[in-house]
Amino acid sequence: MRDALHEIVEEFAETPKDLRLPLLLEFANGLPPLPERLIDDRDAMEPVEECTAPLFLAVDVTPGEPVRLYFDAPQEAPTSRGFAAVLHAGLDGGTPEEILATPNDFYLSMGLDDLVTPLRMRGMSGMLARVKRRVAEGITAG
Amino acid sequence: MPVEFDTDPKIQSYAHPERLVTTQWLEDHLGTPGLVVAESDEDVLLYDTGHIPGAVKIDWHTDLNDPLTRDYVDAEAFAALMSAKGITPDTTIVFYGDQNNWWAAYALWVTSLFGHADVRLLDGGRKKWIDEGRATTTDVPAPANADYPVTARDDSVIRAYREQVLAHIGNGPLVDVRSPGEFSGELLHMADYPQEGALRGGHIPTAKNVPWRRAANENDGTFLPVDQLTAIYQDEIGLTPQDDVVAYCRIGERSSHTWFVLTHLLGFDNVRNYDGSWVEWGNAVRVPIEKP
Repeated sequence: MRDALHEIVEEFAETPKDLRLPLLLEFANGLPPLPERLIDDRDAMEPVEECTAPLFLAVDVTPGEPVRLYFDAPQEAPTSRGFAAVLHAGLDGGTPEEILATPNDFYLSMGLDDLVTPLRMRGMSGMLARVKRRVAEGITAG
Repeated sequence: MPVEFDTDPKIQSYAHPERLVTTQWLEDHLGTPGLVVAESDEDVLLYDTGHIPGAVKIDWHTDLNDPLTRDYVDAEAFAALMSAKGITPDTTIVFYGDQNNWWAAYALWVTSLFGHADVRLLDGGRKKWIDEGRATTTDVPAPANADYPVTARDDSVIRAYREQVLAHIGNGPLVDVRSPGEFSGELLHMADYPQEGALRGGHIPTAKNVPWRRAANENDGTFLPVDQLTAIYQDEIGLTPQDDVVAYCRIGERSSHTWFVLTHLLGFDNVRNYDGSWVEWGNAVRVPIEKP
């Protein structure tokens, strides 16, 4: 697992249970805004159907450059924003190989499963699966 | 002694006006002794982003469901939860939440299983309060621990089990409140949600489909006027207030909302929520399923 993501997983796991949701909210509040070209071109983003709230993502893969990730979710969906922010902070700027090597169930070690329903947790795996697929397609296309 | 009821004309037009309050009533009554406001949301982080001043959070998943068995918390855990939120049996609880009070209605229904007397919903829920620009805060209240007695849960009046539903087919009306796609068996979950949870699609034989959201105005999430609710549930699918009605959805949350509408807004005497719902029925061996 990429170091940046591993550190986030550990940070959650080491945080007392009653402070894990506030930590996820901090991530949600820190989700970077979309670049203008994506705000103007929502069709360029992919909806994540596994999320219980509207969430869109986009992935930039350019050979020899770090992979860039973009997420968008409404303020009324802080949990989806939080999950997106974890993936962004953990994987944005990584190499395609690092991102593809992320375990699909990496989030199980964060200690959120008692706090967030399994259905919602699935949103996280849905996002990761789509990011990976886009990265894999990007490599092939490049 | 209950906090005074809302005398708003729309609220008074319902069968049990003591079960619903307007946002204006709630704003006027915030801080009244004996009133506790409780937020129950689909999104577990939403309360923490800002809530009605003084409101406590009740989470349907971690607070109301047993962590091990698929069931609600037992009487001891419920009493501990109520005590921690500063609630006594005399407290007036006003529930509100996101998504047209979807989970707030569920919390109200579970609270009713324990016989809590004065439970009300905020008409329009969280969205209407915020859209009207009313105050919110991120301050989490720390209520003094109250002494809520351990009160047995009564599952016999407003809750239905699989065996009872099986016996109900052909003997009383069933209302399936899921989306048309779930009712027809085309989807195993709401549109845009992960397709999981049931091995078979379709609906319980004889069930009529009225998606739960139809009971609310699309623009502000408030309940439809009583004549429009009557048109849907009585004229359109032929229910009468004396009927023995069972409502279900996927896990019993959306049908709590319909249970509230039929019981408290239309005054039906005998409505039960089958909380096992499609996740149980669609996985059960040898129960009958209808698919158009």
